[in-house]
Amino acid sequence: MRIMGLSLAAGVAVAVSAISPADSATLRWAFQGQLNALDPYTLNETFTLGQLGNVYEGLTRRGPDLEIEPALAESWEIIEPTRWRFHLRQGVKFHNGNDFNADDVVFSAERVQSQNSDLKTRLPGDVKVEKVDDHTVDFVLSQPNPILHYEWDTWYIMDKEWSEENGATEVVSASDRSDNRAAFETNGTGPYTIDSHEPGVRTVFKANPDWWDEIEGNIEEVVFTPISQDSTRVAALLSGEVDLVDPVPVQDVARVEQNPNTDALTGPELRTIFLGFNSMDDELSSSDIKGENPFKDARVRKALYQAIDIEAIKQKVMRGMSEPSALLISPLLYDRAGEFERHAYDPEAAMQLLEEAGYGDGFTVTMDCPNDRYVNDEAICQAVASMVAKIGVRIDLNAQPKAQYFGKVLATGGYDTDFYLLGWTPSSMDSYNIFANLSGCRDETGKGSPFNLGGWCNEKVDELAGQVLTENDPDKRNELIFEAFSIMHDEVSHIPLHQQSLAWGKSTKLDLVQRADNQVLFKWMTLSE
Amino acid sequence: MAGYILRRLVQSIVVMLAVGLIAFMMFRYIGDPVNQMVGVDTTPEQRAALRERLGLNDPMIVQYARYMWNAAQFKFGTSYQFKEPVAQLIASRLPATLELSIVSALFALLVGVPMGVYTGINRNSWLSKVFMTVSLVGISLPTFLIGILLIFVFSVHLHLLPSFGRGQVVDLGFWRTGLLTGSGLKALIMPAITLGLFQMTLIMRLVRSEMLEVLRTDYIKFARARGLSRRAINFSHALKNTLIPVITITGLQLGSIIAFAIITETVFQWPGMGLLFLQAVQNVDIPIMAAYLLLIAFLFVLINLVVDILYTVVDPRVRVDGGASA
Repeated sequence: MRIMGLSLAAGVAVAVSAISPADSATLRWAFQGQLNALDPYTLNETFTLGQLGNVYEGLTRRGPDLEIEPALAESWEIIEPTRWRFHLRQGVKFHNGNDFNADDVVFSAERVQSQNSDLKTRLPGDVKVEKVDDHTVDFVLSQPNPILHYEWDTWYIMDKEWSEENGATEVVSASDRSDNRAAFETNGTGPYTIDSHEPGVRTVFKANPDWWDEIEGNIEEVVFTPISQDSTRVAALLSGEVDLVDPVPVQDVARVEQNPNTDALTGPELRTIFLGFNSMDDELSSSDIKGENPFKDARVRKALYQAIDIEAIKQKVMRGMSEPSALLISPLLYDRAGEFERHAYDPEAAMQLLEEAGYGDGFTVTMDCPNDRYVNDEAICQAVASMVAKIGVRIDLNAQPKAQYFGKVLATGGYDTDFYLLGWTPSSMDSYNIFANLSGCRDETGKGSPFNLGGWCNEKVDELAGQVLTENDPDKRNELIFEAFSIMHDEVSHIPLHQQSLAWGKSTKLDLVQRADNQVLFKWMTLSE
Repeated sequence: MAGYILRRLVQSIVVMLAVGLIAFMMFRYIGDPVNQMVGVDTTPEQRAALRERLGLNDPMIVQYARYMWNAAQFKFGTSYQFKEPVAQLIASRLPATLELSIVSALFALLVGVPMGVYTGINRNSWLSKVFMTVSLVGISLPTFLIGILLIFVFSVHLHLLPSFGRGQVVDLGFWRTGLLTGSGLKALIMPAITLGLFQMTLIMRLVRSEMLEVLRTDYIKFARARGLSRRAINFSHALKNTLIPVITITGLQLGSIIAFAIITETVFQWPGMGLLFLQAVQNVDIPIMAAYLLLIAFLFVLINLVVDILYTVVDPRVRVDGGASA
């Protein structure tokens, strides 16, 4: 057993081994979910995009520490505040031998914004993409946008000619009945090709010898199998039938570490788990307090915050596999996150606050919670319920599978929740995503911040968010973000809980880079004899 | 006979229409498929548009009628998750489930019947007591626990058998089989035992009690009096007469083996229909769920029919009655 080198600040754990690598190797790996349709614009989800990231590439990519690097674009410049120029890499070929050029970028931009695309947010709605020459493309915006390219590492460029030949000019959608090959076949520019794909059963990747860049590891072939059952996945790792599994359930991490041939590789994930309040309605439908909404009072929200013993949740529920957080964003994604500190755990102060707000006798409320979405989600909710019970807030816990849970609490269910637990990863890896989705004011139908389930609303925060969106100067921008987060912290817009840990299990023979966004990328893996 | 079969087929259509209707009524309560199909930061407008495109806004009865009409033409729609035609998906997963089920059923019969006969004849031998104890385990332990125990012992500790998957498969064009390769056969052992253990103990106990019953009857006593060999009495007279209930139960159990392979397939990540169905439930993939339930209903109807026909072969008395009473 070996403890992994884990650098929190960089958000990346690099396993170092002295064993000499084999010339070329086959990696066998298993994930809890399955790789479904292969169209890179069908599903905006980490795992799928991560696997397709071995095959396709964007104009930019992210390195081991999530830093933005040039990929299919060699360089870019902002020639006017609203005009970005990208210089494309020359001599790059798609897997079928077609040349990569500006037409493919223009085509991919149209395709990613088309009706069935789940990745429309990768580009602003009113962007104009102009081909300057074969290897230069301009993006013309209606207003300055400093984070235009932040999500482009997962906006994969597709081949225009191939898509046209294979009926794949439109994004594969659920109702699709046409013969759209993009669902079953890939044609990217990346380090690996997909050799065979049986959805839900097995997918085989092969190294692409003609890749324009160098594969740093030695993986020639990858056999991916989904194994949904936790115990079977761990058993497959322990018995040496697979080299890598994701995730290892928290209760099995110690066992994987004790085994001489396997290691658990853990690190903080980007997703933040938090609690939210209905502070929009005039009355909580599930509460015994009638005619008023206690959650509209910041003191009540703060009382619940201070009643929660986050360390106990970390030790008992998460078995140490979480990082308590004071913000709705991971400290890896916001430089000044360290300046915020959680409101202290203090049940007496909490009771005092409830008393001041006029709810000294407490009240009842229903809490909505998923039970199969996040690590130990239901157990966290149970812990919270018993903690706030001590200050007199009696929680009726409604824990459901994610399909029912999201059906109830999201816009489609009419935001039917008074108190809820949710997890969020900002896909742009930037704070603006939080303001746009979680904390901005919204109306009944979700206009505004659609995932602000409780409808918390502060005009000052919205105003600051608007400035953050268009401020090109990084320091000024960070200052604006700081101000907005300070208001949310003081007003207790939400109760941030923690960033859960990602936990991979791997053979000791395997060296790899574990990135905090949980993407599994083969090009950095080395398997020794 | 032909009229009888035709009547049973008409009945089966009614059964399947009912299964379809019940299934559609239940689908309303398993959650919103759209939430499973899109990423979490998909806007409400995009979600609404998708619902409309999938026809999820129509009344349940309209969705049901549309589905059954298409199903009658063997069109089962496109899976929400895989974006592949459901008929094609099920066809590609069917061989795995059928191979597993049939091997389990054979295991249950070939081990269960001899054990039942043995314990029926030698009630008090120590081996019978061992068999009876083992059968208690088979009946009382849940399938997933047996599967995990087997994995723990034979994969993790002894490194003898693979813990998941089907091993190497051979593509025969219309059928992908794991029965022709060493790794495929090795991969089959633990899932087949896990799936067949319950049926094996059931058959064993059934054969045992039937044997005890039959051995007490007069014609066995007379056969003994006539001085027939023990072997002839036990196997050609006694065993044959115990087979009617055994065939019924085995037939019906084959249906349940296929239908309840879900758990075994999940534990061993066996790429069959059961696993497909369970993943469909988690992802609210209605086209797959509906097609699977219809298929299972059809299988049960079919198996019942075959069992009824087999009766007439084994037991002439049923034939005399004209079979209609079966």
